[in-house]
Amino acid sequence: MSAVHLAVDAGWGWTLAVKVVVVMALIPLGALILGYTFLLKMMSHMQSRLGPMEAGPHGVLQLVMDGLKFIQKEDITPVEADKRVFAIAPMIVVISTFLIFVVIPAGPKVAVQNLDVGVFYALAVSSLSVIGVLMAGWASANKFALLGALRAAGQLIAYELPLLLAVVGVVIQAGTMNLQGIVAAQANGEIFGWGGIGNPFVITQFVGFLLFMVAAQAELSQTPFDMPVAESELVAGYMVEYTGFRFLFFFIGEFGTAFAYAALAATLFLGGWAIPNVDLANGWMNVVGPLVLFAKLMFVAFLIFWARFTYPRLREDQLQAVAWKFLIPIALANIVLTGILKVAL
Amino acid sequence: MSTVDPDAPPIPSIDVPGGALTPLADAQLNVELDTGDMILNLGPQHPATHGTLRLVVRLDGERVVSAEPVIGYMHRGYEKLTEFRTYPQVTTLVNRIDWLSSFANEVPFVGAAEELMGIEAPPRAQYIRTILTELSRISNIYLFLGEMALQLGALTPAFYGFRDRELVLNLIEAVTGGRFHPNFNRIGGLKDDLPWGWIADTKQVMKKILDGCDDFEDLVVGNEIFQARTKSVGIIPGPLGASYGVSGANLRASGVDWDLRRDGKPYLVYPELEFKVWTHPDGDSFARYWVRLQETREACLLVLQMLERLPSGPVMAKVPRIIKVPEGEAWVETENPLGQMGYYVISKGATGPFRTKIRSASFSNVSILPWLLQGVYVPDVITVLASLYFILGDIDR
Amino acid sequence: MADETEATDAPAAETAAAVDAPAGPAPDPLVADVLARLEAELGDSIVESAECFGDAVVRVRPDAWRRAAEVAKDTLACDFLSFISAIDWMPAPKEGGDDASGDTSSPVQPTETTYGVAGSNGRFQVFAHVESTSKHWGITFKTDVDESDPHARSWVTVYPGADWHERECWEMFGIAFDDHPNLRHLYLPSLFEGHPLRKDFPLLARVVKPWPGLVDVEAMPGEEGDAEGGGE
Repeated sequence: MSAVHLAVDAGWGWTLAVKVVVVMALIPLGALILGYTFLLKMMSHMQSRLGPMEAGPHGVLQLVMDGLKFIQKEDITPVEADKRVFAIAPMIVVISTFLIFVVIPAGPKVAVQNLDVGVFYALAVSSLSVIGVLMAGWASANKFALLGALRAAGQLIAYELPLLLAVVGVVIQAGTMNLQGIVAAQANGEIFGWGGIGNPFVITQFVGFLLFMVAAQAELSQTPFDMPVAESELVAGYMVEYTGFRFLFFFIGEFGTAFAYAALAATLFLGGWAIPNVDLANGWMNVVGPLVLFAKLMFVAFLIFWARFTYPRLREDQLQAVAWKFLIPIALANIVLTGILKVAL
Repeated sequence: MSTVDPDAPPIPSIDVPGGALTPLADAQLNVELDTGDMILNLGPQHPATHGTLRLVVRLDGERVVSAEPVIGYMHRGYEKLTEFRTYPQVTTLVNRIDWLSSFANEVPFVGAAEELMGIEAPPRAQYIRTILTELSRISNIYLFLGEMALQLGALTPAFYGFRDRELVLNLIEAVTGGRFHPNFNRIGGLKDDLPWGWIADTKQVMKKILDGCDDFEDLVVGNEIFQARTKSVGIIPGPLGASYGVSGANLRASGVDWDLRRDGKPYLVYPELEFKVWTHPDGDSFARYWVRLQETREACLLVLQMLERLPSGPVMAKVPRIIKVPEGEAWVETENPLGQMGYYVISKGATGPFRTKIRSASFSNVSILPWLLQGVYVPDVITVLASLYFILGDIDR
Repeated sequence: MADETEATDAPAAETAAAVDAPAGPAPDPLVADVLARLEAELGDSIVESAECFGDAVVRVRPDAWRRAAEVAKDTLACDFLSFISAIDWMPAPKEGGDDASGDTSSPVQPTETTYGVAGSNGRFQVFAHVESTSKHWGITFKTDVDESDPHARSWVTVYPGADWHERECWEMFGIAFDDHPNLRHLYLPSLFEGHPLRKDFPLLARVVKPWPGLVDVEAMPGEEGDAEGGGE
């Protein structure tokens, strides 16, 4: 394993190149895996149908084929659209996804950059997509797109707060905003003196976990919070004028962000790449860690998509009411309680 | 206002919406931004409008100021066409008015022709007609149960609706040969008798549908989000609905206890059957969904009842080979799944009708939309459209 | 329950259609009650009335058209508007003139003009049906319309649902409705000319291509008697 370390430590240029390539390959791959497993297969089975079966065994290559199909489509820009803004908007949405992966650790040494303000950075950067959405809606020169974009902006901004406040509880318990530190706190921690499974914050910060899941659902524009892309009303909302590879960007952005949020949730609440009571500095964890993280994030993604396929969608004002009148007070109460208990216990 | 100097020149003020005269400085802060209204075209191609209905909606932000349905994209001119068809040929046409419950469209027309001729179909034919009508009612409303949830965003109930509906369509196909356009009624009875083993199959399918209705009750009716989206949305007051001609489950959901199977002129075998007519006092979208769910259950129970009592005998009365209906007028109205459907047949003694007025349910149901959609949010427009449940062929004929 | 048609005070009732009906007409008491009440309210505005298979059919004078609606709604508890439409009693002119064989596959209608239940004064009639959700009775109202200047009073103030029915009636028959707020096309494109449901408006599909009549099974392409020669 030290040989692996030596190879990776060879010069910052190579390290950077490897990291960039890995992250850029990871997002589409993650989007593909999530899309296939949950959108194509899990949803289909829940709806008592099979889903795609033709492309590859059991339809594994369906999304790859869809991607190829999108790329070879004609690039249509509406005549009245603002061309530059129209082109840039999907890129901004995808960039914000890429940026989240900078801080998520997948092993003791497997992180692009181990920022001390990791959590703060991740949440700040995830809000960049709002700009992309607004740009897309406005530049499309389409009333439906505009409606969708405005709804999205209101919703995404409203649900940033519960997301943030839910994580504050975790930060208080872990004592640090550094994501590696949070992973360590969970792996080495104890619940009321018992260290058997460490201190996964999903148990001690149960309310925080629920809040995070609900807010993440809204941030991802998934039902029950998918007003911006209400299929039966606005037919893809702010994305309606996008075709071809621009739409592919949005699609990758949606599922890539789901991947990112699931990874964040797994890191913050389920213990990340660590297995409790296994030595964190062990070289093997560089290989096992990503797999563990993957398993945990698939579980979180399962919860996200399960809720997506089951519930109808909330109306915009009901959605805002849920955020402002319901989630934020609970989040604040959670923080107060966590603080008190942290000091008392 | 306590330090007003009576000799000072009056402060310029403007009339602010709301009536108060406000001093200009304040007014500049208080005047509401007068943004122009946006005109949104829902349709004719739109997932929420069940076909080619165009809704021209004038929006103020997300609120509807006025809505006007534009119909006629599917107008096929049935009333004119019936004047050029013989009576048996008209049943083929009439199948396609409300295509989700086609059998139920033929029944009132055939009833009118039989009334004018003075022929009564034999009891077995009447029973089978009623069974098939109730099966088409189940097939029609079951689709609605799944599809209204789809309009609101829940993807899964729609598939359950389609899956179970296939069973009913298979039953209808086994008898009539057609899933969607059976064309099975004949003047004087039916084309054919039931196939062997059909009764046992139907009993099983009815039990499945009843289970499916329980599923919908849990999945959809009990879902808090569904309730939050549909309760108090699109309330139709009973008397107003009646004066617009709104009928069927829409009117019963507003508390008006009126069902042609029980209260109208006796037709088919409904006078001999026991069934409950469901109403709901609220008149909102939730009530309409709930009433239709109960009606589906009631239809299943009706079918089971009829299968027990099915008499034996011929399925076709003695009718002349070329059907000439004597001169006269007849108005027959039935309780179709979408509402009340009626045919006013004017005959002049020829082999075809002289004038047929087709009274279709969805036409009147949709005419209330301009009144109903005032002041609702855009998502609620979708909810209201979904809950009124119209079929374009029924509106446009 | 095959009630025979019975005219209560008009000679021009249509012939009894029920062949197997029980001997002797049995007037429906409900209908008789409705007719009595209408007579009490409308008096001599009623030109003719009849019973038609369990429904009351009442022909009123044109100037009492709206009054009839008000009477039905207020005193007879008829809160449900079923439909408003019109009838064109003129027999359809034969295609190609009276001497031509015409459209052989359509049913042949009699060429003399006869009128139906409760008679008529001319070519056009507006008729409407209202029902009572509480009393469970239904009334069909008819009124004559002047052929040279077809118009009738609108029912919109009494039954708001009349709006669309009258628009359709206008565009299909050309009968204008006074006091209607918004008389414009409902089904047809706004530039459509003509009134399709009138009998002298031909069925354009048959004009474009005459109906081939009874056609036997079409031959396979390439075989004898192919589509070139037409069926039969």
